[in-house]
Amino acid sequence: MKRLHLERLANPQLLALAGVLLINWLLFPNFFRITWQDGRLFGSLIDVINRGAPVAILAIGMTGVIATKGVDLSVGAIMAVCGAVAATMVVAGYPTPVAVIAALAVGLACGLWNGFLVAVLDIQPIIATLVLMVAGRGIAQLITEGSIVTFNDPALIFIGTGSFLGLPMAAVIALVLMVLVTFLVRRTAIGLFIQAIGVNRAAASLSGIRSRMLLMLVYALSGFCAAIAGIVVAADIRGADANNSGLWLELDAILAVVIGGTSLLGGRFSIPMAVVGALIIQAMNTGILVSGFRPEFNLIVKAGMIILILLIQSPLAGRLFTGRLVPAKAARK
Amino acid sequence: MNIITKLAVAASLATALTSVSLAQENLNGLVVGFSQIGSESGWRAAETSVTKQQAEELGIDLKFADAQQKQENQIKAIRGFIAQGVDAILLAPVVATGWENVLTEAKEAEIPVILLDRGVDAPEDLYLSTVASDQVLEGRVAGEWLVAEVGEEECKVVELQGTVGSTPAINRKQGFEEAIAGHDNITIARSQTGDFTRAKGKEVMEGFIKAENGGAEICAVYAHNDDMAVGAIQAIKDAGLKPGTDIKVVSIDAVPDIFAAMAAGEANATVELTPDMAGPAFQALSAYLADGTEPEKFIITESKLYTPADDPQGEYDRRKGLGY
Repeated sequence: MKRLHLERLANPQLLALAGVLLINWLLFPNFFRITWQDGRLFGSLIDVINRGAPVAILAIGMTGVIATKGVDLSVGAIMAVCGAVAATMVVAGYPTPVAVIAALAVGLACGLWNGFLVAVLDIQPIIATLVLMVAGRGIAQLITEGSIVTFNDPALIFIGTGSFLGLPMAAVIALVLMVLVTFLVRRTAIGLFIQAIGVNRAAASLSGIRSRMLLMLVYALSGFCAAIAGIVVAADIRGADANNSGLWLELDAILAVVIGGTSLLGGRFSIPMAVVGALIIQAMNTGILVSGFRPEFNLIVKAGMIILILLIQSPLAGRLFTGRLVPAKAARK
Repeated sequence: MNIITKLAVAASLATALTSVSLAQENLNGLVVGFSQIGSESGWRAAETSVTKQQAEELGIDLKFADAQQKQENQIKAIRGFIAQGVDAILLAPVVATGWENVLTEAKEAEIPVILLDRGVDAPEDLYLSTVASDQVLEGRVAGEWLVAEVGEEECKVVELQGTVGSTPAINRKQGFEEAIAGHDNITIARSQTGDFTRAKGKEVMEGFIKAENGGAEICAVYAHNDDMAVGAIQAIKDAGLKPGTDIKVVSIDAVPDIFAAMAAGEANATVELTPDMAGPAFQALSAYLADGTEPEKFIITESKLYTPADDPQGEYDRRKGLGY
């Protein structure tokens, strides 16, 4: 049991996160300082989990899709659509729960549409989801009529900026979602089925897995997660920004999943590690903001860090790493 | 707000903005083509609605073409206008290069072309004039406001830049720096990009506040556009500080939401990027058609400063209907 515990601590994702946080601390000594203010925790570390939450939520859904050897490029656009739906509905006077449920339903419908294209029409996922990636933002702009729809509905704003036990609401939502989905795929056979489809869909179907329905399910889940992220982001800035909400976040979500150790070729996957991946990305972003680098270097710094993290995770580095630090694992292999 | 009220409000604002002089009567009944980039931002939507209202006021038959951010659509639209034999063309170019051929075609058809809010890389004789704001001046007006506001006090400014490498970000930064040069009490402590968006503006400001001792040492925030300022205001409030008092907020664009913040005492100043580019364009066109007066090649619109003394609630109500 103790050995297993050590192995977990030594996994490359958590080490990378610790490494990035350490660098942030070196650049900005107050990085780990957390204070209590206005009934909530306040500090750079809290910013990391708060700002990282939308990508973490997207990554939870994206992990399932990528595990089936698919990809969902439309999540950023779905965020924009769902944020626009929620915002325009509360502005139009609908009660907050109705607006939120409608936005979630729209996200689910978008996900089912992607699932239909991939599972039933057998279109390649990258093309199938590209449709909604392009069209979705246009739909969002139609809903908001090209402007930022600003709202003052306290209940909706709470979803983005409120706090629960001192933690930012967005982070709490991401955490609950992560636990629920992980529970769903690990305590039932669904996770195994998803993995089987990713490894070999034909073989999975022949062995009796209803691959069509499961594919629909993972894309629907991805759309649903995107809807949650879209509502959180809109609620955070008290407005639905159809042009910028979720822009390029699909790529951050895919990166989070990949950093989390899930292969783009499908198969083995880990939802908690994808969430850690999202936190690593955000820790870099927040680190850059507090470090005082010139903005011209943002992308270079980020690219360098990501290359480093992916190198650490490469099979060769992995062998070196486990061979030296955790001999038990290597011996077992 | 439904579309009819929107139009009504837009109409009333346009009336207020337009100084329809009698000299422009010669535009009545003319057909003018307007090739707009698209509707990527609220400001552009406002520019479109102001242009349409201006045209209606002057009795101009405006042919509107939305290019959806594509140059080939704009070129097609201009060729279409030439084929229809319009009397003049307004063009808001999506990019600076690649206009020579189509502008030459317009010139050969003797149709004057006026460029709105952006310039092009083409020989000057191919178009009548460019109506645009001076972005360096916008930054300078914002900086001068801050210089006057703080006087001799020490002031640490944090800057929210626009998208890295974009022309407005470079120019608005330069103008602000020019204005505070020589005032050693004002220093830019931190500068990062907020990509012109509300969400990034908020995130970057959160980082600045943590980095500058909980925000206690920040005297003012200068944002290259109002959207980022609105995000920054939320971040300041979340940190338990008072935007507008503890940290002064100055930004550029004058969109409705910044006036709402100003009315609530949470923003201190904004410099207007007027959506009324068509007004000066029609004036120049009128003079040109009347007696061949060649207008200036670069007509600069006013960069007006708005502070809480300028009836922010009224400005908010007036602008809300313009599609910002």
